[in-house]
Amino acid sequence: MQTTQAIEVQLRGVPSRRRREVRIRRFFFVAAATSVVISVAIIGSLAGEAWTFISNVDLGSLTDIGWYPRRGYFDISTLFVGTLTVAGIAMLVAAPLGLGSAIYLSEYAMPRTRRVLKPTLEVLAGIPSVVLGFFALTFITPSVLRPIFGDQVVGFNMLAAGIGVGILTIPLVASVSEDALRAVPRSLREASYGLGATRMATSVRVVFPAAVSGVVASLIIAFSRAVGETMVVAIAAGATGGSLFGWNVFEPGQTMTAAMAALAIGSDQVRGDDYAFQSLFFLGLLLFFVTLLLNVVSERFVRRVRQRY
Amino acid sequence: MNRAALAAGPETVSRALTHHRRDVRGTVFTVALFSCLIVAMAILATLLYTVISGSLPAWRDRSLTTFITSQMSADPHVAGIWQAFYGSLTLMVFTAVIAFPLGVSAAIYLEEYASDNRATRFINANIRNLAGVPSIVYGLLGLAIFVKLLGSITGPAVEGRSVIAGGLTLGLLTLPIVIITTAEALRAVPNALREAAYGVGSTQWQVIRHHILPVGAPGILTGTILSLGRAFGEAAPLLLVGGITTFFSVGDASFLEALQGRFSAMPVLVFSWSRLPQEEFRALTAALIVVMLVVLLLINGTAIYLRNRFEKGT
Repeated sequence: MQTTQAIEVQLRGVPSRRRREVRIRRFFFVAAATSVVISVAIIGSLAGEAWTFISNVDLGSLTDIGWYPRRGYFDISTLFVGTLTVAGIAMLVAAPLGLGSAIYLSEYAMPRTRRVLKPTLEVLAGIPSVVLGFFALTFITPSVLRPIFGDQVVGFNMLAAGIGVGILTIPLVASVSEDALRAVPRSLREASYGLGATRMATSVRVVFPAAVSGVVASLIIAFSRAVGETMVVAIAAGATGGSLFGWNVFEPGQTMTAAMAALAIGSDQVRGDDYAFQSLFFLGLLLFFVTLLLNVVSERFVRRVRQRY
Repeated sequence: MNRAALAAGPETVSRALTHHRRDVRGTVFTVALFSCLIVAMAILATLLYTVISGSLPAWRDRSLTTFITSQMSADPHVAGIWQAFYGSLTLMVFTAVIAFPLGVSAAIYLEEYASDNRATRFINANIRNLAGVPSIVYGLLGLAIFVKLLGSITGPAVEGRSVIAGGLTLGLLTLPIVIITTAEALRAVPNALREAAYGVGSTQWQVIRHHILPVGAPGILTGTILSLGRAFGEAAPLLLVGGITTFFSVGDASFLEALQGRFSAMPVLVFSWSRLPQEEFRALTAALIVVMLVVLLLINGTAIYLRNRFEKGT
């Protein structure tokens, strides 16, 4: 008669087969762990050069007349204002259009209409950002902004760039908030109709409040995306060498990302002790933490929706 | 209620219930919502129209094939996109070779092997955050590591600004998206399949290899190809790792030498051409964008085709 121990050993299977399983499992674990290595590499590579920048550069030059890295003016506030302006304009475009589309798709559209309209939004989401930059530069500025605002609109301007970035983020707002709206249980809508509410009242007073965390999350994700968007601004807002501090949306401006792109194009010329090259990494580190913070916050909101229903 | 009203249907009933008043606010609201979608569609249509009509002058004195096969140049009359076209395709292959095996493996670990502990949750959160990191930050990573640190390996003759550096950067950029889409595809595989396979004595690897991967394949492939499409349109990280925007010769370098050599890509070329002052380059840029959009259409079309084909099979 076998002891239970012996049966257990037998059930565990052939040792060579088990060892092979362990090896395979380890291989897959290493692949998954690579993602952590990438994060560490990003922070490590950014922090090193950023530290060189911060410890060597004259701190007074961080608050100056503007951002001209090659001449030693590193006014960060210029770039912050530029980034906020462009991302703010983008949200003014993307939030109403994206939300309106989301509510229509989730609450009003017939299934058949939805099947046609949703893929079209996804096509818009797949348009590369350089294409929207070109569109902003060659269509939005000359054919939309000039006729409305007149000649004060400079060829390269932040308004066109902001609108371009906004167009890019419409599908993002629409799809994330539509998911949130559709996650609201049907019983809530039926209860509302049962009380005699119209479709509008149901959408605005019942479904929307129930999904508000998801909607907020979609806006935060879109804002984070707008802050990180490079090419639209680099193409349509001009300001290659640098930019003076300014709020005027009809004039060229620079965001953190566009400033990095501008520095990178001429990085062969970045030599000597002016720390323009290092400033690139300093900006990158700032950008990394800003978007990280936004993404973490939006994730909290998304999770709140999921927990409730 | 009388018979006539019932026969007239819900319209009449609802009018009777609302005392024959039209719901003006509701109608306005519906129209406003619908117009949001229409505006988004109209923007897409305008964009496509502007690009296509803008590219027409460029096609007057060249065909699609001469445009693609001509070398890049500062002279708008002879300029083509060959280096950028070839460069984009090489970069895509490179990206796929890196992101696909690594991403699928990572997703297999997270979905099939990992238990729900703190380490797994950390890795998952980390991947979601990586997917949200702006692409230009990946460019900085590539610049610091593949160009500066490993420059002597990735491209000794070109200060590290090589195809390898660009491809690795795009590969890392795409990796989190591949992991997320693959994990979603694996999650969609029904649990009954796993249990049945274990029931007949399969090991975990056999379950994955013979049952989960084949069933999840369409989802995995579609997701991966779509994320390649996203990498295809990226310009910002390539600018940082040194995508070339002016003329350079490909020559007759060997395969490895070519990988260690300079590169360009279509989105990078769009960026540099759209900033050139000559009017002729406007049309050329539009033409280049048309080529890009056609390639994108092919990539995404393949993904959708594969999904439909596989779905019919199972």
